[in-house]
Amino acid sequence: MKRAFGYAVLLLGAVCYLGPFVIQLVTTFKTDADAVANPLSLVPDPATTASYERVATDPAVEVPRWLANSVLVTLCVTFGRLLVDAMAGYALARLRWPGRKLVFSGVLALAAVPAVVLLIPKFLLLRQFSMYNSYLGMILPLITDAIGIFLLKQAFEQIPREVEEAARIDGAGVVRTWWNVVLPMVRPALATLAVLAFQNSWNEFAHFLVSTSDSQYETLTLGLARLVSGALGEGQQLPLKLTIALVSTIPVAVVFLVAQRHFIRNQLGGAVKG
Amino acid sequence: MFAAPGIALLATFVLLPMLLALWVSVLDWDGTYSPLSGKAPVVGLDNYAALLTEDGLARRDFALSVRNTFYFVAISVPVQTLLALGLAMVVHNRTLRGRGFFRAAFYFPSVTSAVAISVVFLFLFSGSGAINAVLGFFGIDGPTWFADPRGVLHELFGALGLVDPAAPPEWLSGTRLWGLTLWEWLSGPSVAMAAVTLLMIWTTSGNFMLIFLAALQNLPEDVLEAADVDGTTRWQRFTKVTVPMLMPTVFLVLTMGLIGSWQVFDQIYVMGQGNPAKTTLTPAFLSYQRSFAEGSYGLGAAIAFLLFAIIVVLTWAQRRLLRDGRTS
Repeated sequence: MKRAFGYAVLLLGAVCYLGPFVIQLVTTFKTDADAVANPLSLVPDPATTASYERVATDPAVEVPRWLANSVLVTLCVTFGRLLVDAMAGYALARLRWPGRKLVFSGVLALAAVPAVVLLIPKFLLLRQFSMYNSYLGMILPLITDAIGIFLLKQAFEQIPREVEEAARIDGAGVVRTWWNVVLPMVRPALATLAVLAFQNSWNEFAHFLVSTSDSQYETLTLGLARLVSGALGEGQQLPLKLTIALVSTIPVAVVFLVAQRHFIRNQLGGAVKG
Repeated sequence: MFAAPGIALLATFVLLPMLLALWVSVLDWDGTYSPLSGKAPVVGLDNYAALLTEDGLARRDFALSVRNTFYFVAISVPVQTLLALGLAMVVHNRTLRGRGFFRAAFYFPSVTSAVAISVVFLFLFSGSGAINAVLGFFGIDGPTWFADPRGVLHELFGALGLVDPAAPPEWLSGTRLWGLTLWEWLSGPSVAMAAVTLLMIWTTSGNFMLIFLAALQNLPEDVLEAADVDGTTRWQRFTKVTVPMLMPTVFLVLTMGLIGSWQVFDQIYVMGQGNPAKTTLTPAFLSYQRSFAEGSYGLGAAIAFLLFAIIVVLTWAQRRLLRDGRTS
C-alpha cells in the first residue's frame, strides 16, 4: 500500500517533468483556435498538420535555413572542439615545454569566467576583427572551451607512459603517436566531449544573438526567439511556435536517447572536479 | 605547438574581449566607430558611477535587475538543490522498478534548449493556458502569469493584513536605498518572475540530480551498513550519515546553481524581455539591452563587469558561510 503510494507520487513527478513535452507535441497538431480554447486536451480537434506544412514551406518563417545554419555551426563547433581540445589537452598532459604549468593555471582561471559576462566583450571583439555577421564569428568563439581542454588533459594523464614510449621506439613522431596511438585510447572521453559540445552549440542562443544581426545567419534558437518575442505577435500562432520549438528539441532528444550514458558521465566528471 | 590553437583561441575570445570591454566600460561610446580609434571620450568611472552612486534611470534599472535576480536566485537555488537531492535519493533506490525511466524523465528537461523550453512555458503559463486550466480544476482562478507584475511578497503582506499593497506606510515608501524604496526592495519576485523561477527549477533539478546520484554511488557502503546494524531508522540514516557525507556535493551544487542562476538570459529574452513593469529584468539582459537597443556600450560593459563582481563575491561569501557552518 505504502509502496503503491510511493509509485503514484513518482509517476506524478514524471508527469510534471515530461507532461510539458507531451502537451507541446499534441498542440503542434492543433489549430490556433483549438490550442487556445483547449490547452490541456490531449486530442487535437480537428487534427491538422498545417504547422508542419508552414515550417517546411512558409517563407515568412525560414525554418529550413535556420535548421541548416544550426547544423553547420553545430558540426563545426563539435569537430573543432574535439580537435583543439585534444591537441591542447595532450600538450598540457604529456609534452614538456616552458610555461606549461602557468598556461594550465591560466586555462583554469578563464574557465571560471561566466559566459554571460563575455557577451558584450565578444561582440566588441568580433566587430573589431570584422568577424561580425559571419559564420567564422559564430563558430570560433564557441570552439574556445577551457573545460574541454581540462577534461581531455585528465583523460590523457590516465594513459600509461609505456604505451607512448613503445610507439616512440617504433619510430613514430609526436603527431603520429598522438593521432594513431593515444587518441584511440581516450575515445570514451572524446565521445563525452562530443556529446557535450553538440548539446552546447545546438542550444546556444546568446552568442548568436550578439555575433550576428543579419537574418541570413539565424539559427533555430535565434529564429525562434525572435519570432516569439515579436515578429508574429504575442499569443498568436501557438501551434506554429511550438512546432519550431519541437524541431529544435528533436535532435538533442535523439542524441540524449542514443548517448544517455555519455550525458551521465559528464556529470560524474563534474562531481569529481568538485 | 600542440597547445597553440587552443590557447590562442582562449586568449583571443576570452582574455582579449575582457580587456577590450574593460576599456569600453570607461568610454562614452555609441558603437559607430572603432573604440580604439580614440574618438570616443574617456569618461573614467562615470559608467560605474551612473550604476552605483548617481541617482537616475541607469541606477534604478540596475538596482531593479539586481533585486529581481536576488529573489530569483534565493528561491530557485535552494529549491532546485533540495529537489535534486530528493530525486537522486529516490532514483538511487535499488528496489525501485523503472529506475532508468525515471532517471531519464527527470533529466530530460535539462538537455533541451532554454529557448525552446521557454516557448513551451510561455504557452503553458498563458492566461488561458494549461497551468490555469489545471488550477481551474481545483477552483483556483490563476493569474495571467507573464503579464502580472505584482510582487509575491507584497501580495502576501496584504493577505496577512500587515501592509496594504495599494498604500504602503510612509517609512516603507519614503525610505530610499540605492535608488529604490524599501517597499520596492521588499516586493519579492513578481508573479511573472515566479513563473521564470519555476522554469529554472524544472530544467536544472534533473541536471543536479545526476551529480547527487554520482556522489551517492561513490559513498562507502560499509559506513551505511554500519548505520543499519546500529539500528537507525531510515530517516536518521539519511540525515545523520548520508547528508553529512554528501556535504561537498551539496556545496558544489549550490555554487553551480548560484553562478548559473545569476546569469539567466535566454529565458528572459524569450519570456518577457524584462516586462512586465521591469520585474523580470536581470543584469545580463539589462547589459544586452543597454548595449544593443540603446547603443550605450560603455554602460552595458560596465554592467557585465559588475555582474561578474556580484558572482565572484557571492560565490566567495557562500564558500565562507558554508565552511564555517560545517566546522562548527
